[in-house]
Amino acid sequence: MTGWRAFMQPHRLFLMALFGGLILWCALSLRWDWLPEYAPLALEGLWRTIWILVVTTVLGFALAVPLGLAQAVGPWYLSAPAKAFCTVIRGTPLLLQIWLLYYGLGSLFPQFPWIRGSELWPYLRQAWPYAVLALTLSYAGYEGEVMRGAFASVNKGQLEAARAFGMPRLTMFRRIWLPQAIRNVLPTLGGETILQLKATPLVATITVIEIYSVSSRVRSDTFIVYEPLLLLALVYMIIAGIIAFAFKKVEDRVPDRPRRG
Amino acid sequence: MESLLDTLGLSQSVQLLSLSPPGWGGNLLRGLANSLQIALGAFGFGLLIGLFGAYGKLYGGPILRDLLAIYTTVIRAVPELVLILILYYVGSDLINQASVAMGYGRVEISGVVAGIWVLGVVQGAYSTEVLRGAIQAIPPGQLEAARAFGMPPLMTLRRVTIPAMMSFATPGLANLWLIATKDTALLAIVGFSELTLETRQAAGSTRAYFTFFLAAGALYLIVTLFSGAIFARIEKWARRGQPSLKEGNR
Repeated sequence: MTGWRAFMQPHRLFLMALFGGLILWCALSLRWDWLPEYAPLALEGLWRTIWILVVTTVLGFALAVPLGLAQAVGPWYLSAPAKAFCTVIRGTPLLLQIWLLYYGLGSLFPQFPWIRGSELWPYLRQAWPYAVLALTLSYAGYEGEVMRGAFASVNKGQLEAARAFGMPRLTMFRRIWLPQAIRNVLPTLGGETILQLKATPLVATITVIEIYSVSSRVRSDTFIVYEPLLLLALVYMIIAGIIAFAFKKVEDRVPDRPRRG
Repeated sequence: MESLLDTLGLSQSVQLLSLSPPGWGGNLLRGLANSLQIALGAFGFGLLIGLFGAYGKLYGGPILRDLLAIYTTVIRAVPELVLILILYYVGSDLINQASVAMGYGRVEISGVVAGIWVLGVVQGAYSTEVLRGAIQAIPPGQLEAARAFGMPPLMTLRRVTIPAMMSFATPGLANLWLIATKDTALLAIVGFSELTLETRQAAGSTRAYFTFFLAAGALYLIVTLFSGAIFARIEKWARRGQPSLKEGNR
């Protein structure tokens, strides 16, 4: 209850009333008549945004684990390429990477008849495989760096204990090393996932129809500028809030992080 | 040299990337200069906002603190691309209304200024948080000592707060600078001729996508690695006199 009491201060009530008035003003005096017409498209776009976000974070994380492991404990011939990959991904803009893959690979593939004849060709002609690939690689690059620190920060005693019990290496990795590494970086992962959400509108530039490109279409169709953008910002804020809330829940469920040493 | 390039099949790429007009290298470098200019301006503008924001968050009244909390939360939750569009339209609308009201008619806004404005507002939210954390990390005794000696607030800021927080703020600011350089690429979508848009135009008109995008990537990477080295030196300088935390140096 104290949290609620702290929230209910006079100036906060005033600010809330002010924002309530602002929202009311937005709802009443701005133009929303385009909304019913574009609602189905917007829902489809929202679904695609979430789909891209989930798929690329899961695939990217799966790729980040070996990348982090290679950098943390791997021999030089594994750690050097992993480090180079992370540096290149983190050192160049995502928009450039997306365009390189889409326009570069997209103009390269049709030159090979065996690719055009393959069963994958109907997919390779569309834009979303390139979008998913680019976002996955980007997430993997950033997360590989995070996981490197996470793997290195797991208490050595725990790994030695596992080895002393005669645990096979894979079991040790699955049961001891990976869970503790992930637990150590859960807050960072939450932040990175929100960053990944904020990267998804970039795929609209290669003609993938997601929620951002729906708002662009409303803007170019009806010449209404602010309303779609404000609604879009609200949608992204809600999704970001949900991600933050979900990670908070998971963080609360895992036991306290052990003392390092 | 030329025969080597020929055997590698790179002579065409080199021709495309040459600096004089049949090649597009000059355009790329001009784009890079624009990008760096916008990134520098936005970073500086963001630092200015960040310094005021951090002071407001730490020492301001309750209303100012709440407003700043809303600013940093909203900016960090909404994609930069959406913010850029909103701020771009808001900025150009406001300027046009002001200039029409003053009787000048509509004005054309320079891309560099608009880019600095939109990216600066975005950067400001992040640097507010970085600087707030850095100021909080200063041992309070140092600020109290300055106050006890009767230093005016601005002199405290210049002589004590900023030098003492430098070592805490540098890693975060280095990150922000890298984000600023990479975020300039987003301005391509609004149509500013910075490096990424120049690259796309060059690639589109020559159909040599890989050559140009890889060349632009290399340019960005050079900037990133170079600024990483510079920030490492700044951090070393900011940490001078501090005991090393490494084991064995104690």
